[in-house]
Amino acid sequence: MMNIVVCVKAVPDPQQACNIKIDPVTKTLMRCEVPLVLNPLDKNAMEAALELKEQFDAYITALSMGPPDAEAIVRECLALGADQGILLSHRAFAGADAYATAYTLATAITKIGPVDVVFCGMASSDGSTEWVGPEIATFLDLPVVTMVEEIVECQGPQWKVKASLAHGYRLMQVQLPAVFTVTRELNTPRALVFSGIIKARKKSIVRWGIDDLGVTSDAVGLKGSPTIVSKLSTTESKRAVEILTGTREEKAAQLLQKLVDSGVV
Amino acid sequence: MIDFTFTEEQEMFRKAAREFAETQVAPKVAEMETTGEVCDEVVKALGEAEMMALTIPEEYGGLGLGYTARLIALEEISKVSVGTAMMLQVFALGIEPIIKFGTEEQKKKYLPALAKGERLASTAVTEATGGSDPTGIRTSYRKEGNDYILNGRKCFITNSHIADTITTLAKDNENPKAYSTFILEKGMDGFKPTHKEHKLGMRGCNTGELAFENCRVSGENLVGEEGKGMRVALGAIGDVGRGGMVGCALGLQAACLEASVKFATERILYGKPISNLQTIQNKLAEMKIDLEAGRLLGYRAAAIQDKGGRSSNEFAVAKYFTTEAAQKAAKMAVDIHGGYGCMEEYAVSRYLRDSFVLGPSAGTSDIMKVIIARWVLS
Repeated sequence: MMNIVVCVKAVPDPQQACNIKIDPVTKTLMRCEVPLVLNPLDKNAMEAALELKEQFDAYITALSMGPPDAEAIVRECLALGADQGILLSHRAFAGADAYATAYTLATAITKIGPVDVVFCGMASSDGSTEWVGPEIATFLDLPVVTMVEEIVECQGPQWKVKASLAHGYRLMQVQLPAVFTVTRELNTPRALVFSGIIKARKKSIVRWGIDDLGVTSDAVGLKGSPTIVSKLSTTESKRAVEILTGTREEKAAQLLQKLVDSGVV
Repeated sequence: MIDFTFTEEQEMFRKAAREFAETQVAPKVAEMETTGEVCDEVVKALGEAEMMALTIPEEYGGLGLGYTARLIALEEISKVSVGTAMMLQVFALGIEPIIKFGTEEQKKKYLPALAKGERLASTAVTEATGGSDPTGIRTSYRKEGNDYILNGRKCFITNSHIADTITTLAKDNENPKAYSTFILEKGMDGFKPTHKEHKLGMRGCNTGELAFENCRVSGENLVGEEGKGMRVALGAIGDVGRGGMVGCALGLQAACLEASVKFATERILYGKPISNLQTIQNKLAEMKIDLEAGRLLGYRAAAIQDKGGRSSNEFAVAKYFTTEAAQKAAKMAVDIHGGYGCMEEYAVSRYLRDSFVLGPSAGTSDIMKVIIARWVLS
């Protein structure tokens, strides 16, 4: 049986981005202000796992680290078709940067047991570091392919995947077990359906805290995070109208200068 | 203690219905408005999303989720398209008599395909001579051996031209006090949909007439006891029909409020968003108050219904309140939008047209008051 772990994150609803606030003291997102939803790219990661399950004998674990409220997104993964859910929730896990998050998730994956595939969304819609997937691979000492946009071959333990680059793509051959971070081009996530929600009633969500993982509080959460957010500033978007005068050539020159000055070109 | 919160599962039902409406229905709204026709892709999508299966018991291929889940789904779909929600609400209305009064054979024969959306349902009670007073209907039946011969016409029938299975009320030719309900199937000899209505609103939802001319119906298609069909038809309309309209109305109320808040916070007047003006705030507050009150009435009635209690009176109150509130909300939403509210590019103009169709569907507000007064005085 193929053992698949999908790492999922509860993020503030991107559709309510204008209501997202940052705590000026801790410099972290104030997550309680906006409803939490399943990170959009993690839906693609879930879909990748579900499509594999349709082809092979597979067992999918949806793994998340977050506050107790994040259980709802793990439950959503169960409704989509995951077999079990694990929520890593403990006060000591709070405030984790990508490094500490990856460490905690990797420790949990080790506890889950031998896995064949770990899927992550390429990035979260709140942090957007794109580091968690590669760092999980590092902690687990597994190969990683980031930005996977197509699984070309997945028969047997050697996979061929297409991963996007800024101006092209890479065709990679990877030996399982491996970690993959996926892009939205990989698939179209399936919709949540009522029968899936009903089936999720019989599936369990395990909650693991710091003791379950056997890690020290210094290694996880804010204490285990090497990232220091030194300064935060908010951007203001303003609209202004300016009428340029002069000949057509003069106006073109003025416009070009303004675009250069403002950093657009 | 009364728990007014939705369960985590119910919240997930809402999310599923909302995602369905936003991804599958919303892209087709403009087309439905332009053509005034049912969008086949939307109907197919409703089936694939298991929307027809909500109230059908699991043993017949349904989900057995009950009426609160149905109300949630209708509210979310109506936020995007009242016409689509109306279509769905009447599918359930056509299915309900079979669930409640059908024989085991009828349930096995019809419900699995209806649950999958392979067959579509409707109900036919209203005629030119009687709707809210169904005793005024003239469609009649006479018995011939084990069969029944139906003659007459029905009007204002939702899903008239797309339904495959229509539970139809008719009166006994020989006994004017006896009514029976039959399952009619598309393609039966002597039965055909005729005129299609062009409504003010809910333009993606099909409404029309049905004609029965010496239509022979097998005795196997009789729902419930012969002569006791009024109970069958009204049993469905009283709670499932009114309940469905509450879902449609709540969705429209929510859509009006959402559109109004968006417009009022973006529209600048006197150098500030118009949401800063107290007169606009009053409207938004009224819309919110009505929405919250309507939800309490509607979901309470659905909770009673889910517990197996009689909920038709509670739904009469909720239906009156929410459909009136939806009209009020749509008018205020158009007012807030000013001139833009009269333009078809803005959804609120559609909301206003749709709101006027909510009132008479499943009984006008005046009829609801008659029912409520009868309840109070009983």
